[in-house]
Amino acid sequence: MAFRQTPSQTVGPYFAYGLTPQQYGYDFASIATPVVADETVSGQRIRIVGRVFDGAGAPVNDAMIEIWQADGQGRYAAPGGASNAAFRGFGRCGTGTDPQNRYFFDTVKPGAVGDGQAPHVAVTVFMRGLLTHAYTRIYFSDEAEANAGDPVLASVPAERRDTLIAKREEGDSGIVYRFDIHMQGERETVFFDV
Amino acid sequence: MSTSPRDWSSHPPYVYPDYKSTVLRGPTRPLIPLKHTLSERTGPVYGHDSLGALDNDLTRNGRRNGEPLGERIVVTGRVTDEAGRPVRNTLVEVWQANAAGRYVHKVDQHDAPLDPNFLGGGRCVTDDEGRYRFYSIKPGAYPWGNHHNAWRPNHIHFSLLGPSIATRLVTQMYFPGDPLLDLDPIFQGTPEAARSRLISKFSIDVTEPSFALGYVFDIVLRGASATPMEV
Repeated sequence: MAFRQTPSQTVGPYFAYGLTPQQYGYDFASIATPVVADETVSGQRIRIVGRVFDGAGAPVNDAMIEIWQADGQGRYAAPGGASNAAFRGFGRCGTGTDPQNRYFFDTVKPGAVGDGQAPHVAVTVFMRGLLTHAYTRIYFSDEAEANAGDPVLASVPAERRDTLIAKREEGDSGIVYRFDIHMQGERETVFFDV
Repeated sequence: MSTSPRDWSSHPPYVYPDYKSTVLRGPTRPLIPLKHTLSERTGPVYGHDSLGALDNDLTRNGRRNGEPLGERIVVTGRVTDEAGRPVRNTLVEVWQANAAGRYVHKVDQHDAPLDPNFLGGGRCVTDDEGRYRFYSIKPGAYPWGNHHNAWRPNHIHFSLLGPSIATRLVTQMYFPGDPLLDLDPIFQGTPEAARSRLISKFSIDVTEPSFALGYVFDIVLRGASATPMEV
């Protein structure tokens, strides 16, 4: 008997009470939330925020974003990996609870993993109308030197690299990195065949 | 260990015009190949300790004043990789409409009754053989706005993590013999040879006497590469 991959299907419009119930106010515990690192986790505290745009430039109000990242010292919370027990490194946020359809993650800035890659966050995008999820990455605008040496960024056509760089802003509430995702169009975000 | 590539002969394309929402939402430029690094070879782990007591029983986890209405079902299956090896201790999340075809989700405006005793969300974790199992109510079909007289077939949404973010899978389980499958652009968007993998099988052996009808839905995630790639 052959074991062929089970096909992907869209997450649909009604994922919230199953996958992001606390954020949307359902009476069901979430396994992952937009808060990736609470105050007990050491590292530089940042917020990542952005919107998802469709090919007509309209913000998507029913997308779900997942992130996976190393901690401030570049350690992943995976078996045999990190020792930072307070930090799981995984977050989920839907775009349907903010009036502007923003997603956000409160986390710490990831450190470099130590294999030549610049600090980055792995991003997975789900939504109604997306039959198979899309993978992208967040890099940081204040890591120009590290970004210049990153092998994954180097594999991306130079004129499209900018779609992977979150822009740092410093506001009253702390450090914010803005990262919009464009599904299509002139500024279509780079998506990877992971 | 690297993970085998996504088998694009098994997965739907990003843009499938019969499913109208894909037209403005599916990426149009070629994906950039990414040789797996530590970031793609790892992923979050949620074991049995992350589950609530009733998480695997949708007939009980939304009760307020009685039992949910509808046909009780038990759904089970094995999660394996492409070599048939069990994917152990991995999180399986499910969500679905109630027996009348209505989702609890606030934006679902379908004029069918909500069931005060049914949430429709649950989760479980696979055992050492890669098996999962949960109880629920058979979901109803419901209309949607894709085209005139469009109805989604009965289905349960599944979300699986697997051992790394490269094995992530979100899919839908359908029921055998559903006449709506031939008319559903989401199901039909799947390459033809792969569609049958999305349809569960009725099983009298899994069926629990005087209690619940049994369905088997096996899931295959991307596997470990036979020839691990160097990073």
